[in-house]
Amino acid sequence: MAMARTPRRPDPAAAEPVALKLLVAGGFGAGKTTLVGAVSEIRPLLTEESLSEVGRPVDDTKGVEGKRTTTVAMDFGRITLREDLVLYLFGTPGQDRFWFLWDELAQGALGAVVLADTRRLADCFAAIDYFEQRGIPFMVAVNCFDGAERHNPETVRDALDIDEGVPVVLCDARERESAKNILITLVEHAARVAAGHRAPAAL
Amino acid sequence: MSSESDQWYYDDAAGPVVRPYAMTRGRTVHAADEKIDLIALVITRHAPGEGDALEEDPGLTPEHLEILDLCKHQAVSVAELAADLDLPVGVVRVLVGDLLAERHVHLHKPVPPAELPDESLLREVIAGLRAL
Repeated sequence: MAMARTPRRPDPAAAEPVALKLLVAGGFGAGKTTLVGAVSEIRPLLTEESLSEVGRPVDDTKGVEGKRTTTVAMDFGRITLREDLVLYLFGTPGQDRFWFLWDELAQGALGAVVLADTRRLADCFAAIDYFEQRGIPFMVAVNCFDGAERHNPETVRDALDIDEGVPVVLCDARERESAKNILITLVEHAARVAAGHRAPAAL
Repeated sequence: MSSESDQWYYDDAAGPVVRPYAMTRGRTVHAADEKIDLIALVITRHAPGEGDALEEDPGLTPEHLEILDLCKHQAVSVAELAADLDLPVGVVRVLVGDLLAERHVHLHKPVPPAELPDESLLREVIAGLRAL
């Protein structure tokens, strides 16, 4: 699904631009690429390269040729909200060996959408644990695949054992409006989490 | 010593056969200390039109020049540069680091995690998303 690149207007006098980051996580085939593509203006693919078989980055300036490398491809998208405000969406790479990339992606992220596929719900456990441990605001979006049973979001919440405060919503990752609403729900949730930290609940 | 550009060979099926780190002369870390963020925004310092003189600069590879060209009218994220140039992010970080060290580009770093999330900023993001 190639998308034409949106032409950029030259604006050398623009205010200092602000870039923000949201993550889209979920198991293989859950719909991350689809979701990112549904809202993004652009459709590039990002390549990262680890320099060690064990998946940890190694800062070594000699003899790169001697290291075996692994290339990880990640989808990312861009949404220009205003001339000086850009949102980037990063799809997380597959979970097994690439946790160090997750750390880098998660650093400074506003929040994360965990896409759940009800046919393989267990695939999102690791992502949920990851964000819970790091205190990154996240929500669960249950992607409704054709032919899959439509589940009640509360049933999914129970199955995933997540807090009441975490939004669990149904979505269709192919639909722009649905994807847009997920992002709005996520950022609103992040705002509530932030407000909660600033003003601890009075008894 | 031949330059990196002499070593580009393309095989239609395989694509460029020179390992990407040949462009960075084997380096994986640039001069500056901090790892450049994926969403750090790069913008070229000099005005468009001054670019010709840079092409004569022996320290700038075709990839450096391409980055300067892509970033001359608007800020571009490191992630997008990697996608545009079809290079691993690690390589782009080194290249941008070089340009930063030589003051050919500005780097706008993302909001530090400690300052996130700023309430007014989040409201602006929500408003912007609603308007899409």
